[in-house]
Amino acid sequence: MAVKVEFLRSIPYFAGLSDSEIESLGRYVFEKKAERGEILSFEGEPADALYFVIAGAVKVFKTSADGKEQIFHIIRPGDSFNDVSVLSVNANLVSAEAMGTVVLNAIKKNDLEVILREHPKVALNAIQVLSRRVQELVSLVENFSFRHVTSRVAKMLLEYAGDGVGERPRLTQQEMAAMIGTAREMVGRSLKNLEAEGAIRLERNRVIITDQQALRKLAGIA
Amino acid sequence: MKVMPIIDREKCQVCGLCVSVCVCGALIIVDNTVKVIEVDECRWCTLCELVCPNGAITCPFDIIIENE
Repeated sequence: MAVKVEFLRSIPYFAGLSDSEIESLGRYVFEKKAERGEILSFEGEPADALYFVIAGAVKVFKTSADGKEQIFHIIRPGDSFNDVSVLSVNANLVSAEAMGTVVLNAIKKNDLEVILREHPKVALNAIQVLSRRVQELVSLVENFSFRHVTSRVAKMLLEYAGDGVGERPRLTQQEMAAMIGTAREMVGRSLKNLEAEGAIRLERNRVIITDQQALRKLAGIA
Repeated sequence: MKVMPIIDREKCQVCGLCVSVCVCGALIIVDNTVKVIEVDECRWCTLCELVCPNGAITCPFDIIIENE
């Protein structure tokens, strides 16, 4: 239980709660494990639970009728998925897949409703999490509307690398393409463009960001 | 140990397309199974991933910041 409470304390939904409050929420939380490629929630199926990633990474995506994939987020430890579906509609808006071995904590939809009623602070935190989801979607629309592909790849690399701290799952060119709404071939071409501009270096299975300032400029980020 | 392409056995239908495009001999079919051999010549061209009709072979990239 100690590990679970410690983890819950670190996630945005439970920020600002007292130790005793967090401990009381522990009884609603259950653990789930999955292996690479395992589907954790299917688009269109009833949204049964809110998930928090403890270890590993989860890909949240939608698939078109002709099989084209759009990745919305890569969820890392400490972050959650299924928020919007569980808190609003009854069906999953997107699918989620384990990108490697994954350990999750989860709260059932019904239990979450009890928690939200009993702990207004969690409800306020949930609003902040949902606001962040809206911001992420606005950013995605902005990318599609105003950025050319090389610029999108540059922005995706910067966001994915973050501050360079912590483990991140490796990405295929297909996954990169699905994150920015383009074709795999365009990603390969864009990576070469970014290398020619001196912002990155390609080393076999590594994309190394060598000049963050140049990459930010190419991404159109001030 | 050298990082090599990853095969998802559940998705692989052993069609052999990846083996046919691999220029470095890193992929072979043994006992009706595609196997990856560690070879120095693999340049991570990702052609095997590109041609696989089932998405069974992947060549993922690390994305890192220099000097981190």
